[in-house]
Amino acid sequence: MTGHWITLLTFLPLVGALTVAWGGPRSGAARRRVALLVHALVAMSAMGLAVAFDTSATGMQFVERLSWVPGLGVEYHVGVDGLGMVSVLIAALIPLLAAVVSDRVAAGREGVYYPLLLLLQFGLLGTFTALNFFHWFLFWELGLVPAYLLVRLFGGKGAGPASFQFFVYTMVGSVALLLAFLALRAAGGSFDFLELAGADRGGALGRALAQRLPWGGPDAGNVLGWLVFGGVLLGFAVKVPLWPFHTWLPDTYTAAPSPVTMVLTGAMSKMGVYGLLRIAWPIFPEHFAAAQGVLVPLALATVILPTFTAFVQRDLKRVLAYSSINHLGYCLLAVFVVGTPGSEAGTAAALNGVVLQMLNHALTAATLFGFVEVLERRTGGVRDLEAFGGLRRAAPVFCGLMGISVFASVGLPGLNGFVSEFLIFRGIFAAAPWAAAVASLGLLTTAVFLLKVMQRLFHGELSVAWVGFPDLTMRERVWTGAAVAGMLVLGVYPDLVLQWTNPLVLRLAGGN
Amino acid sequence: MHAIATHIWLIPLLPLLAAGVVALLPKRASTAAIGLATGSMGLALVLSLAAFLATLGGHADGAAHATHIGNFDWFRLGTGSVRLGFLLDPLGAVMLVMVSFVGLLIFIFSIGYMAHDPNRTRFFCFLALFASAMLGVVVANSLLLLFACWEVMGVASYLLIGFWYHKPSAAVAAKKAFLVTRIGDIGLFLGMLWMYHATGTLLFFDDGRGCLEADALTQLGGTAVRGGLTAATGIALLLLVGAIGKSGQVPLHVWLPDAMEGPTPVSALIHAATMVAAGVFLVARVFPLMTGGVDTPVGEGTSVALQAVAGVGALTAVFAACLAVAQQDIKRILAYSTVSQLGYMFLGLGTGGVAVGMFHLITHAFFKALLFLGAGSVIHGCHEQQDIRWMGGLRRLMPVTYATYAVGMMALAGVPLFFSGFWSKDEILHAAWSWAPSRWPFVLGVVGAFLTAFYMTRQMAEVFFGQYRGGVRPHVGHGIPEATHGGTAGGVHESPGVMTVPLVLLAGSTLVLGWLGTPAWPWFEAYLNGHSAHLDFGRLAAAWPMMLVSVVVVALGIGTGWWVYGRRSRVGATAPDPLESQFPRIFRGLQARLYVDELYDATVVRLHHVVSMVCGWMDELVLGGLVTLVGLGSRLAAFSARSLDELLVNLGFDAGCASTRWGGRGFSWLQNGSAQRYLGGLGLGLATLAILVLWGWRHG
Repeated sequence: MTGHWITLLTFLPLVGALTVAWGGPRSGAARRRVALLVHALVAMSAMGLAVAFDTSATGMQFVERLSWVPGLGVEYHVGVDGLGMVSVLIAALIPLLAAVVSDRVAAGREGVYYPLLLLLQFGLLGTFTALNFFHWFLFWELGLVPAYLLVRLFGGKGAGPASFQFFVYTMVGSVALLLAFLALRAAGGSFDFLELAGADRGGALGRALAQRLPWGGPDAGNVLGWLVFGGVLLGFAVKVPLWPFHTWLPDTYTAAPSPVTMVLTGAMSKMGVYGLLRIAWPIFPEHFAAAQGVLVPLALATVILPTFTAFVQRDLKRVLAYSSINHLGYCLLAVFVVGTPGSEAGTAAALNGVVLQMLNHALTAATLFGFVEVLERRTGGVRDLEAFGGLRRAAPVFCGLMGISVFASVGLPGLNGFVSEFLIFRGIFAAAPWAAAVASLGLLTTAVFLLKVMQRLFHGELSVAWVGFPDLTMRERVWTGAAVAGMLVLGVYPDLVLQWTNPLVLRLAGGN
Repeated sequence: MHAIATHIWLIPLLPLLAAGVVALLPKRASTAAIGLATGSMGLALVLSLAAFLATLGGHADGAAHATHIGNFDWFRLGTGSVRLGFLLDPLGAVMLVMVSFVGLLIFIFSIGYMAHDPNRTRFFCFLALFASAMLGVVVANSLLLLFACWEVMGVASYLLIGFWYHKPSAAVAAKKAFLVTRIGDIGLFLGMLWMYHATGTLLFFDDGRGCLEADALTQLGGTAVRGGLTAATGIALLLLVGAIGKSGQVPLHVWLPDAMEGPTPVSALIHAATMVAAGVFLVARVFPLMTGGVDTPVGEGTSVALQAVAGVGALTAVFAACLAVAQQDIKRILAYSTVSQLGYMFLGLGTGGVAVGMFHLITHAFFKALLFLGAGSVIHGCHEQQDIRWMGGLRRLMPVTYATYAVGMMALAGVPLFFSGFWSKDEILHAAWSWAPSRWPFVLGVVGAFLTAFYMTRQMAEVFFGQYRGGVRPHVGHGIPEATHGGTAGGVHESPGVMTVPLVLLAGSTLVLGWLGTPAWPWFEAYLNGHSAHLDFGRLAAAWPMMLVSVVVVALGIGTGWWVYGRRSRVGATAPDPLESQFPRIFRGLQARLYVDELYDATVVRLHHVVSMVCGWMDELVLGGLVTLVGLGSRLAAFSARSLDELLVNLGFDAGCASTRWGGRGFSWLQNGSAQRYLGGLGLGLATLAILVLWGWRHG
């Protein structure tokens, strides 16, 4: 298919950001309206793309390919497949949801806040559609700067150190990525993701590196190969994050204003999973298989340990932050485990599950942080679990809808989380039953702390401080209702997403 | 094929739709909510009866198994798809009728019981959701669909136990129920994954390709895993863990008595008649797998999995009966009795097969719902008093409740001939007697039968005989009243018709049902196996010794109970229990539930807390500390770089204006804020490294 649809979609938020910052509107309300309009346009365009997406094709669609710097192998190459389509939808919808609830946080500084949010979306869309390392990396870094500034400028207590840690941590990952790709370029002669796929097969990467970069002894190629693999992995693992590189996340998610946290957890964390699936997993099949002994235990730690840590947190946002680590840990575990030859059906289930889990987690986690924003509006920023009780009496609709979202997070069948977690576990079990058995502990401990949250917030006698706690307003009912409806739809009819991902997964699992 | 068989999915769907609509109704629309929920349940009952008749018709055709299946694709996956399905067979049909009939009666009872609760709209929403999930479990032809309904049922139960969420004890009990059953669910989940991996399907029946059909079972039975076990045994044991959790078997029984915090109709519906029976039903549904994948004739099942089923059941039957002896709360006594009777069902399944266990499930569902609703009526009449020490003499004050409760009590105790519990329990004991692997389950079963008769007599004597002792303290604190009363303030009153009519109907069913499974005319067993039953009094002759044993045991139990509690009725509410004065330590130990909850608190719960603290501490101090250290290191590096700069700058220029200006600029640049400085450093480093690598490649 021809046309510059992806470019238009990607650059729409940039235009919007410039307009809101320096263009027409002067008043805060008008800037907010324009920003919301742009976000809505992006969301509609992305949905249009999804409708036009050909579910029978396995390759890239809406491809645009222009020569840029031929001598360096730099091209402008974009396109989406099932993975890209899901990611683009995440990048289009989550910032919209965040913008809707941003009025309190942005108040008085709309001219800074909304352009930054739009820029962040610009970076996300570019990252999820780029197929050449060069501009992919530009977008990857571009997303980082507005995110840093949103946390730094609009965050609450501890935003300074947290945003610094966030920036440095992800920057370290980026540097590792950049170096690794320069080496890959040196070895494979290409920056193109599709061409690089399988570069590692049969030890080819190590040989090529040894040939091109004759710095050490005879094993230098292998050592370099591991370094390159490690660099790429680190770049993505920090972003997801993988235990023990996760400590930036609870601090950042907590310090960031809740709408920004919605984007951080809903969309930005998916950059890591996306990178693993699009870039690392196809390029380094052999290194993944060889590193399993280390990676699988780390992924298991990512799944299980945060569920314990979450239990002792008092700040609702920290609890949800640790819950996020746990949920994306399932993605990491699946990617790491299915590197081994298991059953093909198992691999297909696991990879479909990972992509579906990206969307499900985006929806559920963003909605839950949105509920935190709803709560903070009414309490003046109080999020201490010990300070609440009996909210069901004062705000039954709020508690009902948030309760459904929490159960989606627990993995209740009928809601979205169950299908993806079932598929992931099914895939893991096929390749490594013991890992599935260990990880299933996480299913239990997740329920432990999430039910504790509900007990602390909703149940018991209504404390005197919150007697006048207002229930959801009409606008809040609309967006939370839509989100919850989305959870139900995805839980009952997952084919909606799997129709995009399954052809791609078949191609990946088949190894071409 | 009957039309109902192809539309069997309507039965769970109707209450689900009702729940969905009621969820969107405003609080004040309680009449509409009650109408919708009860109406959907009534329709479900009609359809269930039709389905039941359809399975009867299947016999007339001479079909060996009157099983109708309807499978469909849920979503595509890999080269195939994940499939779900519904089925109608005798096992499911009989459950459908039981669940929808008992369910409907409990819905009707709730109209009266919850009449004054301000949140009854929500209550009926949850009830309908629960009923839908339970009916879904029954008609599911896929382990995945069964699991999904199973979990939804768990959430509905969580919501209903915690219905009076303002009571902290209810909130805690709801959470406990959900988490303890979830431990079992993890086992079920893993069993499901294993099954899917091993057979490639989760459909039970699929024209020969289902996971409960011969091909798959032969394969599973022939696949050896570690320790001499087959895959079939491994999967069966994992599924059994799920059943143990849901059915409150030892060691996961701790949630069920606490679940009595919910409104009494909930206790009757969920924690007596239906949900807890789901575990038993699951074992019955996957029974071909339980036999080890080898097609052994029913009654000879000696596979590892079935031994586990029988062992767990026998242990639970006695253990819970012991605890029931020393409880004072009318609902808790019934709760432990439920746990104990579920143990009997497991024992029946393990030793006698599907028909034996299922027969007790069905009869028990009716008489236990009767007892719980009777208890609800008593509690309602006694102004929310649940402690049997404060009751007494209700025989004259609540005659209908008394009469129906007596029927339920005699059925549960196993009084011969006219009461269903006698026949179903007798079958279990009979099967346990002739079970080859061990005699212990039989011995435990007999002890349990004695205890059951004993504690039920105790309860009858305390509640209905002697003098009413509650007049002194009409409103003893049990938190918030379940409902407010009009009329007979201070006095005990009989419940209104909307509550007593379900009692009478259930009592009637209790009297009738037993006749469907007597040794002379084993209609129930024949129906489940797809045969037709013949009347043969000769079989009674073979069965009478066992019946005699069971009669003697029951007579002993009731006699002892009467001797201890009925002869001289309790003087005042505060007087100690006769057993307590005789055996204070044993009684108090039983009263404290043998400290199992305390044991779990001190081990599992404590362990969870400690690990959580350690994890939190590790994140904060160790990993966070490492990151801080690395940060400090880079700051140190930056500082040395700055000093170097200064030195170089100072060396390169004379001490003049230029040097000061340059130095100052460098200074301010470096102190411009940590991020920028870091970015600058990184940019420099990146550029250097990039040049190096590219240079190496060009010259390589």
